[in-house]
Amino acid sequence: MIKRSGYHGIPRWIYGVAAVGGLLMVLPLAAMLLRVNWPQFIPLITSESSLAALGLSLRTSAASTVLCVVLGVPLALVLARSEFPGQRLLRSFVLLPLVLPPVVGGLALLYTFGRQGLLGKSLELAGIQIAFSTSAVVLAQTFVALPFLVVSLEGALRSAGSRYEAVAATLGARPTTVLRRVTLPLVLPGLASGAVLSFARSLGEFGATLTFAGSLEGITRTLPLEIYLQREADADAAVALSLVLVAVAVAVVGLSYGRRRSSSPVEVGP
Amino acid sequence: MSFELQASVRARNFDMALSLAEGETVAILGPNGAGKSTLLGVIAGLLRPDAGSARIGHKDLFKLDGRTHFWSPPHLRGTALLAQEALLFPHLNALDNVAFGPRSGGASKAAARETAQHWLAEVDALPLADRKPSQLSGGQAQRVAVARALAAQPELLLLDEPMSALDIHAAPLLRRVLKRVLRDRKAIIVTHDILDAYMLADRVIVVEKGRIAEEGSTRQVLERPRSHFAAGLAGLNLVSGTIASEGITTPDGRVFAGQHDPDWSPVPGQAGVAAFPPSSVSVFLGDVHGSPRNSFPVTITDLEPYGDQIRVRAGDGHSAQALSADITPAASADLGLVPGMEVRFVVKSALVSVYPA
Repeated sequence: MIKRSGYHGIPRWIYGVAAVGGLLMVLPLAAMLLRVNWPQFIPLITSESSLAALGLSLRTSAASTVLCVVLGVPLALVLARSEFPGQRLLRSFVLLPLVLPPVVGGLALLYTFGRQGLLGKSLELAGIQIAFSTSAVVLAQTFVALPFLVVSLEGALRSAGSRYEAVAATLGARPTTVLRRVTLPLVLPGLASGAVLSFARSLGEFGATLTFAGSLEGITRTLPLEIYLQREADADAAVALSLVLVAVAVAVVGLSYGRRRSSSPVEVGP
Repeated sequence: MSFELQASVRARNFDMALSLAEGETVAILGPNGAGKSTLLGVIAGLLRPDAGSARIGHKDLFKLDGRTHFWSPPHLRGTALLAQEALLFPHLNALDNVAFGPRSGGASKAAARETAQHWLAEVDALPLADRKPSQLSGGQAQRVAVARALAAQPELLLLDEPMSALDIHAAPLLRRVLKRVLRDRKAIIVTHDILDAYMLADRVIVVEKGRIAEEGSTRQVLERPRSHFAAGLAGLNLVSGTIASEGITTPDGRVFAGQHDPDWSPVPGQAGVAAFPPSSVSVFLGDVHGSPRNSFPVTITDLEPYGDQIRVRAGDGHSAQALSADITPAASADLGLVPGMEVRFVVKSALVSVYPA
């Protein structure tokens, strides 16, 4: 049962409970797979509305991933490397979307960028309207996905430590040079997995998008929204599109966790 | 261009002042926690002292007092730091690691690589140029790190125990390389190895508890140590007290008779130290008859092998001044010495050197 030799200290019954937990994850996916209408699969996922939703999802998720990297890298650096009053509070707020129901996030965004919102009024005067546009989709996705990038990168920054940066500085490198040539290359694996997770979270975003951006075909109706809409009208299409999302999710998880870091130092002579 | 520093860090009970002449290499010796790394951190700009100032030639590194608050960031100081571990950037090969300093200084990629090749050759590491740090041994990596520090053309090179993480086979080669590259170069090398001080430095500074305990030429410090740490390095017993007619008197009233330089005329009451090798100490059980001079009751704290001798360490309970005696294993067995035993140490006064503290 176990490959590793020697004592591992796990009671036998733990395996039973673990198996139940594993089944809870696997069984629903299997049930969905069994429900897929395979002969119609390709036509179902290539219908006009499906393709529109898929294209919109990929475009907005890519955009929000870029936004997450642009905003998340500085946030993670500030949280991991500096000390300032209110830092713990800032970290709590950055992590909030992880535990907040997305629909609440959507409402919050609406009261910020909506027509009557905090910033929305001024933006409206400037001729910019965000709510119920593709920009709103990107903003909603960024809101829920940013914590994934920050958490992942902050962890990488903390475990890398700042000793390399100190050495680089004493060698005459300006802070920006240190960031570009030392810090970022060192945490690249953490940054990559954070970006992949953000992309995945953006792709699956539903509640905040629906609340803040609505469901306009080709403009704000992303794949999850399309699936929800098709669920009653055309269950076969909903299942087929769900499978597409599952495939993307599996690929993403494989990308970020499947690769074990293989950087153990090689022993060589003096 | 000379280097001058005065700095205090209250939280670490650190307060030191030192200066280096042009081309001078100074070794900083001291026990763990004495403030050696703090000193390098302050000089390199990685640690901000509460007060003090430092400059290289006319260039201020920092100046912190009631009125001025000048603090130059590390990258503008010209003080490259070489740490215990090589800390080569893992994503760059050896050549690009060494080229990092020149690149940061504004050199073109080609020029920086040329400089890097020159310094790699200086440390006998040119064949390693294409290797990634993970493909280098500890000694190779540290040599590349030396080249990287030198390639940055530092005005002052800081070395923080560069040999301590190396195995005994790699250290001698690096020591030879350092001896070559540190010649006529301003450098501060923190070490706990007297050999490094002896081979690499012009001058030794012994630090204890955040203060400079003594300084002088390596030979002078080893022959006439004034601090317990230096005495330990030199393998000598050191007793401090005040000068008396025949030697020195310790604060607890013991008298160590000894010899002093003929050209020094001791003034009674002056602070002085007595140094003597453990081999000049004999161990006796019970009372000693004959000359009672330099004979002290002590309690054995430890016994340990030392070369082909047994080193007997002893304190007298209330004084911090621990003493050691080296005796043969046969003598130790004969006397039946064990820790906790009360014995008498007798020191030959002809082998005790007395000099001012």
